[in-house]
Amino acid sequence: MARSLKKGPYIDFRLANKVDAMNDSGKKSVIKTWSRRSMISPDFVGHTFAVHNGNKFIPVYVTENMVGHKLGEFAPTRNFRGHIAKKDKGKR
Amino acid sequence: MARISGVDIPDNKRGLISLTYIYGIGESTAVEILERAGVDVNKKVQDWTDDEANSIRTIIGDDYKVEGMLRSEVQANIKRLMDIGCYRGLRHRRGLPLRGQRTKNNSRTRKGKRKTVANKKKATK
Repeated sequence: MARSLKKGPYIDFRLANKVDAMNDSGKKSVIKTWSRRSMISPDFVGHTFAVHNGNKFIPVYVTENMVGHKLGEFAPTRNFRGHIAKKDKGKR
Repeated sequence: MARISGVDIPDNKRGLISLTYIYGIGESTAVEILERAGVDVNKKVQDWTDDEANSIRTIIGDDYKVEGMLRSEVQANIKRLMDIGCYRGLRHRRGLPLRGQRTKNNSRTRKGKRKTVANKKKATK
């Protein structure tokens, strides 16, 4: 179910503050974050986030099209590489 | 056959049903359109006067996105998801369901016909 519009988008405060600080100072650096649930707001555009996927940080460069999605959507938590072929079984 | 927005719609059905042969028009949209055009929903297409048919045509042409336009919009939306590399886009690429359904079984609509993978070796004594 979609989030109520009344509340506005959810963005982690700490993350939002960091982005604001970066926009003010004009610097660009990768922001490491665990906050996969944060919505990408228009001020995020052009920054790179390192989004945690439970194992490591996935670099996500935010473009205009991504606004309105959540950071977690760009850092897949499962990485399915196909099934192991019969003869390889036990090797890996 | 009446021709509306590039599609032939069946003559011998009620207007309400007949309009749903157009991609992008379902029953509720069909009712809306017919009410705006002032045509009875139960009137068969073959009984429509030319005026009625034309007013329906203009209403659809002006205010509704149907057929090719709608199809290309849907495709563009899917393409956007794939281009930005979000989870739903990845699922589209793989042809798997997008909304968290299980894929251990079922999901045949998205996955297509079953592809059987190499048969198991019989246990030998």
